[in-house]
Amino acid sequence: MASKQQPATAPDPADVSSESLTLVQAVRDGLATEMAIDEDVLMMGEDVGKNGGVFRATEGLYDEFGEHRVIDTPLAESGIVGTAIGMAAYGLRPVAEMQFMGFIYPAFDQIVSHAARLRNRSRGRFTCPMVIRAPYGGGIRAPEHHSESTEAFFVHQPGLKVAVPSTPYDAKGLLTSAIRDPDPVLFLEPKLIYRAFRGDVPDESYEIPLGEAAVRREGEDVTAYCWGAMAHRTVEAADNLAGEIDVEVVDLRSLSPLDRETIVESFEKTGRAVVVHEAPKTGGLAGEITATLQEESLLYQEAPIGRVTGFDTPFPLYALEDYYLPEPTRIEEGIRETVGF
Amino acid sequence: MSTIQRDPDDRVQILDDSGHVRENAAVPDLSDDRLVEMYRDMRLARHLDERAVSLQRQGRMGTYPPMSGQEGAQVGSAYALDAEDWMFPSYREHAAVTVHGMPLSRTMLYWMGSEAGGKIPEDVNVFTVAVPIATQVPHATGMAWASKLRGEERAFLCYFGDGATSEGDFHEGLNFAGVFDVPAVFFCNNNQWAISVPRDRQTASETLAQKATAYGFEGVQVDGMDPLAVYQVTRDAVEKAKGPGPGELRPTLIEAVQYRFGAHTTADDPSVYRDEEEVERWKQKDPLPRMETFLRSTGRLDDETVDAIEAEIEDRVAETIEEVESMHRPEPAEMFEYVYRDMPERLDEQLRYLQRIRDEHGDDALLEG
Repeated sequence: MASKQQPATAPDPADVSSESLTLVQAVRDGLATEMAIDEDVLMMGEDVGKNGGVFRATEGLYDEFGEHRVIDTPLAESGIVGTAIGMAAYGLRPVAEMQFMGFIYPAFDQIVSHAARLRNRSRGRFTCPMVIRAPYGGGIRAPEHHSESTEAFFVHQPGLKVAVPSTPYDAKGLLTSAIRDPDPVLFLEPKLIYRAFRGDVPDESYEIPLGEAAVRREGEDVTAYCWGAMAHRTVEAADNLAGEIDVEVVDLRSLSPLDRETIVESFEKTGRAVVVHEAPKTGGLAGEITATLQEESLLYQEAPIGRVTGFDTPFPLYALEDYYLPEPTRIEEGIRETVGF
Repeated sequence: MSTIQRDPDDRVQILDDSGHVRENAAVPDLSDDRLVEMYRDMRLARHLDERAVSLQRQGRMGTYPPMSGQEGAQVGSAYALDAEDWMFPSYREHAAVTVHGMPLSRTMLYWMGSEAGGKIPEDVNVFTVAVPIATQVPHATGMAWASKLRGEERAFLCYFGDGATSEGDFHEGLNFAGVFDVPAVFFCNNNQWAISVPRDRQTASETLAQKATAYGFEGVQVDGMDPLAVYQVTRDAVEKAKGPGPGELRPTLIEAVQYRFGAHTTADDPSVYRDEEEVERWKQKDPLPRMETFLRSTGRLDDETVDAIEAEIEDRVAETIEEVESMHRPEPAEMFEYVYRDMPERLDEQLRYLQRIRDEHGDDALLEG
């Protein structure tokens, strides 16, 4: 899935020395590249050191950068984020790994009460330039609490940024931006597509700016908004509909801040929209995108805005997860319904 | 011998309840002037507290957490820090942060509802006030850890109450501190009550100090209403944080046993949950008369100096109140200014909306009362 819009700061992999990597390898490459550039960057979390992370996202970093920069911590999410806040306030740039997003909640208080508010509370005296990485989402036949997609909790929190890559290229570039960002960033990694495919990733350092969506596929009839693993299923659905319906696919990449300009621009071109996410429907980000379109572009609207989402149930154990997750059939049906209104 | 290597149940005390130096106890190595300054800062804290409660009753200050009874623990511990060391307050350490360089006006401003009070001057090593319980403990560990990674020799003193020891963050912060051997001093102001819940409802442990054993470093209990004992214990902990002996870990947990004479906050009525008799019993240990008796009986303080101190602190607090009350109401734009370094478009739009509403309707239409 090639991006149709490459930011000016990001190199074209064809023009520079590149390697074909999976998404999780690109995360690792992004960490290693930035750690080599900035010695204040360090990586901390459960099993991130010698073991190289349960998904291998930090593989080899311990040998390369040593135990003081790739730190195996005690098993304590609030302790990891809370101590990372102290480090960030002191001038380091910690990257804290939550092993799974389903385990992030013990750290929720530290994220929303402190990381996100430190700059504001101290009127800029203290800042929190840290990244919290968390594999998220379903589809990998994992146990309970390993498949959550609750980005909306965090998007709701002022002071925090939330990014979600869907390609290896974006994974490295967005992670670099997240690490360099002066404010805390939650970096969600769609583990369903950690190893689903490869993409060319430049060896050099580059940034994909936070807050810029990518148009993955151009179309005239309807816009489908998506991110993470759902971006691929949405493109697949759009390809399946080709000839019948001309679908434009917008991959948000950054959920906070949202690229409202690209969101609105695409809608004003097509007049119809479907939002696809694997999170539960109620209170999910589709509601925010829908409201944005209502506020900004009501007169362009030719059909009710559709939502194809997970259900308002706890994420099921894996025997039923395929029914829970939007896949091309449901996405196609949602698009057809919107266009056929 | 350091005060730290002792049985956690063996409470350190230098002054007896009436303020005389106990038999075999050594007065800390502080100059006469420093000892008198310590007394002055405790008096300042008590006076500030009384004025703040009064201002709250008059509607000139918001909800305020009083500290009377805890001056000895706050001032004694703060005196043990060197200028380059860091302090992590909870929401009640008005005296401790003042000793470490925080302007009194910032503290007053914060409790008068202005976020400008949260702006700590660049050269003051005090972290922001933490209102959620125990959440500052991992921050202190993290900062101490970062400092150690940078090869510095600094101590990081973190305050919290007895209720905080029930929270996960207390455990996680101390556990990390032990594992990574960071130069942190954890200072528990055990004032007996977490709002209405007594200390024995927080833990079945005999002491809070003994919890340190679980993290692999020393815990020590000190009479928190004895400023000299608090100073000595904290000083020993600070020195150990910076230069531990062979086989010693840097962190220390100090339990300063004390009492808050007043309410948890001005929104709280302690008569609902505790007896006046209990308060009176603890008032016999009031750190202020104890310190004054010690200084007078050892020839360090006389009536003239006491009068001068009293006049000085009353002027200082009065001037601060005047200064803070004469400040303008903060600009609404300040709500938006520090959310991110670079204001996102969405926030900028909301700011412009608020400005338009103010322009069109006038501030009076938007303000209650």
